[in-house]
Formats: sequence, structure tokens, C-alpha cells
Amino acid sequence: MTRDAAAASDRDAERRASAERLLDAWRAPSGWRYWSEVNNTEVGVWYAATAFAFMLYAGVLALIMRTQLAVPENDLVSANTYNQLYTMHGTIMMFLFAVPIFEALSIIVLPNMLGARDLPFPRLSAYGYWCFLIGGTFVAGSILFGIAPTAGWFMYPPLTTQQEGVGADVWLLGLGFIEIASIAASVELITGVLKCRPPGMGIDRIPLYAWYVLVVGAMILFAFPPLIAGDLMFEMERAFDWPFFDVARGGDPVLWQHIFWIFGHPEVYIIFLPTIAILAMIVPTFARVPVVGYTWIVLSAAGTGFLSFALWVHHMYAVGLPKISQGFASTASIAVALPTGIQIFAFVATLLAGNVIVRLPMLFVFGCIAIFVAGGLTGVMVAIAPFDWQVHDSYFVVAHLHYTLIGGMGFSVLAGVYYFFPYFSGRMLDERIGRWVFWLIFVGFNVTFLPMHYTGMLGMPRRVFTYEAGLGWETLNLISTAGVYVIALGLALFAFDVFRPRRGRPYADRNPWNAGTLEWLIEMPGQPWGVRSIPRVEGRYPLWEDPELIAKVDAAEYYMPDAPERTRETLITSVMEAEPMQCMRVSGPSFLPLIAAAFTGTSFIVATFHLYTWAVITGALAIAVILYWLWRDTAPIPRHDERDIGFGVRVPTYVSGPRSCGWWGMFITMLADVTAYLTLVFSFYYYVAINPSADRSALTLPFLWPFAGLLLSVAVAGAVLMLRRRGVSGPRGAGLLTLLALLGAVGAAVLMVGPAEAAIAPTSHALAAMVWILLGWSAAHVGLGVLMLLFCAVAAVTGRLDEKHDIHLWNIEVYWYFAAFMATLSVLVVWSLPVVP
Amino acid sequence: MFEAAGVEASKVLGLFWPLLAGAAVIWLLVVGGTFYAMRIRPERHSERFGRRLILIGGVIAPTLILAGIAVASLRLMADLRTAPADFTIRVTGEQFWWRVQYLDGQGRVTMETANEIALPNGSAVELELRTRDVIHSFWVPALAGKLDMVPGMVNRLLLEPRRTGTYRGQCAEFCGESHALMAFRVRVMEPAEYRIWLEHQRTDAPPPAGEPARRGHDRFLGYGCGACHSVRGTPATGGVGPDLTHLASRARIGAETLRNDHRSLARWLESTDVVKPGVRMPAFGMLPAEDLELIASYLEGLE
Repeated sequence: MTRDAAAASDRDAERRASAERLLDAWRAPSGWRYWSEVNNTEVGVWYAATAFAFMLYAGVLALIMRTQLAVPENDLVSANTYNQLYTMHGTIMMFLFAVPIFEALSIIVLPNMLGARDLPFPRLSAYGYWCFLIGGTFVAGSILFGIAPTAGWFMYPPLTTQQEGVGADVWLLGLGFIEIASIAASVELITGVLKCRPPGMGIDRIPLYAWYVLVVGAMILFAFPPLIAGDLMFEMERAFDWPFFDVARGGDPVLWQHIFWIFGHPEVYIIFLPTIAILAMIVPTFARVPVVGYTWIVLSAAGTGFLSFALWVHHMYAVGLPKISQGFASTASIAVALPTGIQIFAFVATLLAGNVIVRLPMLFVFGCIAIFVAGGLTGVMVAIAPFDWQVHDSYFVVAHLHYTLIGGMGFSVLAGVYYFFPYFSGRMLDERIGRWVFWLIFVGFNVTFLPMHYTGMLGMPRRVFTYEAGLGWETLNLISTAGVYVIALGLALFAFDVFRPRRGRPYADRNPWNAGTLEWLIEMPGQPWGVRSIPRVEGRYPLWEDPELIAKVDAAEYYMPDAPERTRETLITSVMEAEPMQCMRVSGPSFLPLIAAAFTGTSFIVATFHLYTWAVITGALAIAVILYWLWRDTAPIPRHDERDIGFGVRVPTYVSGPRSCGWWGMFITMLADVTAYLTLVFSFYYYVAINPSADRSALTLPFLWPFAGLLLSVAVAGAVLMLRRRGVSGPRGAGLLTLLALLGAVGAAVLMVGPAEAAIAPTSHALAAMVWILLGWSAAHVGLGVLMLLFCAVAAVTGRLDEKHDIHLWNIEVYWYFAAFMATLSVLVVWSLPVVP
Repeated sequence: MFEAAGVEASKVLGLFWPLLAGAAVIWLLVVGGTFYAMRIRPERHSERFGRRLILIGGVIAPTLILAGIAVASLRLMADLRTAPADFTIRVTGEQFWWRVQYLDGQGRVTMETANEIALPNGSAVELELRTRDVIHSFWVPALAGKLDMVPGMVNRLLLEPRRTGTYRGQCAEFCGESHALMAFRVRVMEPAEYRIWLEHQRTDAPPPAGEPARRGHDRFLGYGCGACHSVRGTPATGGVGPDLTHLASRARIGAETLRNDHRSLARWLESTDVVKPGVRMPAFGMLPAEDLELIASYLEGLE
């Protein structure tokens, strides 16, 4: 044996050994412990399957509705049941399918698109998933017991504030809970795109899908929190009679509409943009050229996201708002067609620049464009206020929204499933069945929804459980019902093809579509480690630019081909240039997220039935479990300070502050949190504006208590900054942190003394309730900050927090800035009301 | 809205046709382009061509078209719902019917009816829209677009009918269990006919004619129907439910739910909750059937 051959065989042996260590670290547990897995590939697939199941369920509800409407004056279901059906159809499709399926798909494919082994907070994904499953099942299941909400997915008061029964509470609490899970997922995804890219993938090289994740993630951060604030106000009115939407006591039902649509319109684009993202991955692959107009697409996506926050009033044209507001919303709504159009034209341009190969995913892309463009064009029509006055809340709008959502979203998700199926499962879906699926759904869709435009213009309103015979609506409705059954047949065929067992069938070829992006490094079938080694990237389509890349990655010739401690690790890079910054430990399988989600879910569910003691107990248990999980393995102190990740590059294994993922996660979460809070402040001034003659002197607060609370929270925030700069460790540090916790606790308490001492009754007036909710929100945040300080104190005394390992302190410092800001603003806003004219 | 019989409805329909034509052309261009690229599979176009396509097709052309649409729509909006009104009708949405009150120049109620509105052809009438409970929305597609009735707000809609006939209206904002059964009708009459109608509606109810109607009248008052309903000229002065003074002159009952005949009236009295789930009026099935028949006979005579 020559020396070269011996060296080669040594290398082979070493490569096999490192592969085995890597596999050890990433392999999913077997048996019942499988459900403790937190890795993105497993959690993402659960997520997608659950969302898909909810979609089928809501589809069945639609079938029942359409059957009821097939003939006039039908009595297949009662009015009450029908109202539950349409409410749940919309709610489930929006909250339990459309938004989660994007998050699910992103959790599955995003890390691999970025050549990462996992997202930075795997347990958060798992927690989010379990919350989604529990909350979703609760909301969706309520209709089986006949206690589902009956007033539409928009829940307009005063109908819903007056309704008896738990329907409205199911909606508010169940969905409030799921919204929190959505925000958690978007924090995870944004941080993933910013910090977990492969070396060399600068911000101008990231796959378009990742750009859309950033835009949509940011939209979720700013759109969902207003609804959470609204839900809170709504539930306080239902449960404790705080009159936020009661006209008789200074409230206003129109405020709910503003809050709901400030969420609800961006929501439409939160659903729609990811579908464009899927197209942006599929189109270049089958056109065999890089996408034309990368920069145009990124700017238009951001533009769409931005504009979508200026359009909410177009859902309220019929409310009777001033013409000036309607004119503004109308112009903005017409303008939003522009960035959307640019994105569609970029795809057409890419198709023309390339040489298109028509495979199944492309067929669905075609269906998507054909249907979505039609929906977009009717969208321009309904953006025109006078036209909308006519068709608003009629079947015209039902047709329009299904053209945009099923066309834009449904077809591109189907395209995505056909495209990524080999990625999920290692096998292809059947081409012949797929063509049947496409034509059934495409034809069925148009048969169902095209006539609805006309039905609506004839005068048929939405949300009616029946209609009179002789109005000329019969034939149109019968046709629509027939079409729905064709769609159902197509979806059933699709479900059959996806879920039938495939054991023994051959695996797909490596990179079966010959795509250019990193997710197609995946082996067939996929390995739990994601990528064997993390490549350095030189362009936007690495697999096209370097045909040898797959082989080199497999041969472990790039970064981090090994898991020396048999633990899960991924590479963290810098935000702009994507240069290696850290080799981060990510957590492995654990049941804690599942247990925490179960307690969180129980807390929300029992609150629905007004069992508040149990809600508090289970809520406290949830917090305890989360604290334990944070304690057990968040940012553990590594054995070695540095790791060699290959090519002689050594990176630290522990970083803190803005260099770490945790800091970004906290910062992004707090942006969402402060958005919810600012919604409350906005509402406060809304009430001030609509109640010019309210007696403000009744809201006079004593000076001492609120300002003492303000000072204490600001002082604690400042002290945390000083401690973090100086560094803390050991019992002395723990003592200081405990002292701060005490001060914080006093601060939280005194914030609430003001309104109690002034005997302001929250049920007396919307503004009085606002005083309580603003101060209460701030006090609760200061209180949570106290828990964090105590956590750090324990960490310091047990040696898990010191001058060098200070990530917890950095993170709670960010938190405390926000908490102090909210306490300060609340006190100033509330206290100044009676003083300032 | 295709049978446009009012100024607003015609103007909006006039905007719709060119929009539809333009939309069809744009759809054909975009989808045709996609089809061309996928099926005909032409020679590869250059990337420069692609960029130009985005610039012209995606930026310049849409900007011009959309700006035109925006200007047209803003001008139309400024133009609508502005003409001075000849008189005012107050319409109040209630679960699940419409209270209709004709007002004089001082805003006083001169006549009250329910679920039917008569308008003189060629006039401009202001509708003062209110609600007594939840949000409703007033919509007569043939005459004008819709406008909501919101607690705490008074909304003003202008109806300018230009063709005689009967037009259907329906609540367009979900308002509870029987939202689907909250319709009404607008009768546009020649001014002379309208004046006769209005005079008649202002009169008191005719006295019961015939034995069954007389006995029905007694039962009506005896069972306390007057606590909720008014029949002008009788002791029944309730203000909760619809005014029944000229009930028999209306085409249908229960906000367009049933025909207005003896059988339907008796059925309604006996089982309101079956006919119209969630309705506020209780069902009187516990009363002797004979009494319900008598009351129906009385109501039938309220021409």
C-alpha cells in the first residue's frame, strides 16, 4: 500500500466516523419518544400535515354550506348551524391553514435553502406547533358540539359582545393563542434568515423565498399584535364588562373594525406573498435560468408589505366614514396592484428568458397565474369605493377573495407540494394523477366561483343561510354547488396520492428538477443532518454555478462536517456578509415544549369557560415549565471556547449580545409586543377623540404612585445596563440581581395603586377601562421582567452566568428597555389626560 | 345592479363595463404571455428583453392605467351622494326588520311603517340610517350602493330613483341568526300615485269589518299585542315591533319572509321562531288556534 493510498483510506475512515457522529447528533428518537423531536424537518412536516388536515376539514364545512345553498329555501341545516359553518370555514382557512402552511413549509425548507442544519430556536418551533395543534383542535372541534362562534371570522361587535354562549370566547381565546404561536414562528424564521446563512451568502444572494420570509415575518410582527390587543379588549368586555365597544359608555364598535382590519388586510398579503415566494423558486427552475428582475421582485415584495398596512379602510367603505378616508384607502388599494403586477411580470419575463420545461409544478403555476390575475383585476374593481358600495358583502366579494386566495395561495401551495415532495419524502408524486388533480380543481374552481361574481351583482349578500325562490339566483347557485363537488373530487385524489403508502417504490434522483438552490443538496431520502457539510456560496444559484457542489458537500469538503461532541450544532453568520461568527449549539429532543404547550393551551381553554382559577394555575404551570426548559439547556456554557469548522477557520462557540441569535430573537419579539401595546395607546386616543365631552376629572390619578412605578422601572432598566456592562457573577451578582428584582416587583405593584386609590371603575367608561388596561399591561411586563431577573440571579449563583457568559443578561436588558418604555409611556399618557386640555 | 333604476346605480354600472372590458384584455395578455412561454416555447428571449418587459408591462403601463382608474373613481365618488334632498326618511335596522319613518322638514315623524319604502320617481330622497341593536347594512342594488347602520352613528344615503317599479333590498351586514331573512322592498311610483299612497298610510287603521275581524280585534288587544305593536286609531300603541296600521297594504310579512295572506299570518303568529329563527317576537302557538285565526282575520283587514 502506498502512503497516498493509506492516507486516503485514513481520510475515508475519518469521514465515516464523522458522518456517524453527525448522525448520532441529529437522528430523531424512535418509538414514543419520537414526539419529543424538535428538529425542523420533523416539526415542519407535522405542522404541514396538521394544517392540511384543517384545510380538508374546513373544505368539508364548505361542502355542507354549498349543499344547503344548492336550492332556495333549503332546510338541510338550520340557520344557527349555517352561521357556525361559515364562521368556522373562514376562521379555519385563514388562521389554521393559510398562515400556518406558510410557516410549516418555511420551517421545512428554509434551513436547507440556507444550508443550515436547523433553525436557531428548535424548541420554539416545537412549542409553536403544539400550541397550534391544541388551539386549532379546540377551535375547529367546537362546531361538533354546536358551540362554535356564529358571527363571522371578523366578529363585529355589538353582535358578538352581546351574544350569549361561549362561541365568541372560543374564537377570541383559541385564536389569540394561535396568533401567539404564529408570532413565535415568525421570530424564528426572521432570525433564521438573518443569522443562519452559509458563508458567502450575502444579503444580495439569498434565495427569493428567504426574502419573502423576511417580508412576511415582519408583516406578522406588525399585523398580528394589533389583533392580540383587540382580542384582549374584546375578551375583557365579554368577561368583565369593560365597555370598549359599547356606545352607551363611551366605547365604539367601529374601533374594533379598525383594529381587526389593520390586522386583517396585511393578513391577506401575509397569505398571498409566500405563494409568490413558492413561484419564485419554481419558475427559474423550470425556465432553466436565474430569475429575471431579482431586485425588482425584492423591492416589490417589500412595497406590497408596506402598502398593505395602508389599505384596511377598504374593508370599511360601507361603514359611512368620511369620503376623504375612503378616497385615501381607495387610491392606496388601487396602487397596491402595482408591486403585485411587477412580481407577476417578473415571472413571465423569466419564463420568456428561459426554455420552459412543463412538469406538474409548472402546470399549477400556470393555474395560479390565470386565476390570481383574474382575482387581482376584480381587486382593482372593489378598490374603487363607489363600486364597492354596490358589491361589498355580496357574492361578488366571495368570488373575488376566492380567486385571490385559492388562485394565488391554493394553486401555488399545490405547486409547492408537487415541487418539494421529493424533498420531504425522497419520492415523486404521480404525474398522471397530478394532471387529473390539476384539471379537476382548475375546472371545478372556475365553475364554482366565476358565476358568483354575477350572483353578487344580482343582489345576493354573503353569509345568508338561504334565499328566496324566484329572485333569479337558483341556477347560479346550483352551478356553484356542482363546481364545489368537482373541487372536492380533485382534492380527494390529491390527498390519496400524497398519503398512500410508497414503501418499496424507488427514490427520486438527486436534485430531481435540476434546480439551482441549496435545498436540493438534500439526499434522497433526506438525512437528518440536512447537509453533510455547509458549503461556501458564491452566487444566487450555487448548484448551477458549481456542478461539482453536491459531490463536494457529500464528501465533507466544506464547513462543519463533524459533530465532535455528538451534539447538534449549526453555523451562525453575520447579517449582511454572512461571514462565520459562531458555531451554535442547538437543542435536541425534549418533551418540555409539548408539556409547556399543553399547559398554555389548557390555560386558554379553561378561561373560555370562565374557570379563571384553573386558568391562572395552569398558566403558572406553563411559565414554570418554560423556565425549566430555559434553565436546562438554553445557551449552555460550552466545553471549548472555540471550534475549528474547517479550512482552519476557528469560530467561538459562545457569543452574546447582538452577535447572538438569542438577542435578535428577544429584540424581534419585543417589536411585536410593543406593537400590541401601541395599539392600546392608539385606542386610548381614539376614545379621547370620540368622547370630547367625557368628564376627564373622574380619571384623575394621584401623582405619587404612577410616577413611583415609572421611576422604579426606568431605574431597574438602567441598573441592568450597568450590571451587564460591568459583568456579574457569583453570590454577589445574584444579590444585586435579586435586589433589582425586588425593586421591579415594587414598581409593578405601585403602577396599579393609582387607579385603585382613585377608585376608577373600569366598567364605567371606555376611557376608565383604558386606564386600567394600559397600566395593567405595563405592570404585567415589569412583573415578567422581575421573573427574568430572578432567573439570572439563580444562574449567577450556580455559575451559569458570569462576566464572559452573559447572554441572559444581554437578553433581559433588551426586554427591560421595552418594559421601561411601556411603563413610562403608559404613566405619561394616562396621567396627563385630565391635566392636558 | 344590472336593472339600474337609480342615479348612483347607473353611474356605477357605467363605470363597471369599461373596467370589465379592460380587465378582460389585461387578463388575456398576461395569461396569453404565460401560455406562449410555456406551450409554444419560443427561442430564449434575452434578459434585457425580460427587464424591459417588467419595466413596460409591470411598471409603466399599470401606473398609467391605475392612475386613470384612481382619478375616475375619486371623481365619481365626489360626485355621488351629494345632491340636495327633497325630503328625508328615517330607516332603523332592528333584528330582523326595518322600521321606516317619513319625516317632515323639522325632522318630526309624520308616518311610520315597516319593511316597505315608497319613493316618488324623479326625486332625491335622503335616508337617515340608524340601528337599534347591532350593525345592519341598507342595500337596494337597483338604486344605490349599500351603507351600514352602526350603533352610535347616523348615516345618510341618497336615493335618486329614475324608473318606476318594485325593487328588492336586503340587509348586507351579518346581524344575527336570521340575517338572511331581513329583506324589504322599495316601490318607486309616479309622484301622483305616491301622494295617494302617502295620504293613505297617514290615516288611522280602518275599523274591523265583519264578525271574525271584530272578534280578532278584541283578541289582539286582549292578549296584549298592543304592548309591542301600534295600530293607529286603536289602543294598541306599542313601539317595539313593526307598526301594523296598514299591514294589509304590504306585499309580504316578516321582512319579506312570508306572503301576506290569511294562512301565512296565522302561521307566523303560531310559530315565529320556526319561520324566522332568533326573531324577537315570541311564538304564540300556546294560544287557541281559533284565536290565532281570528287575529289573522283582523290583521288581514288592515288595508
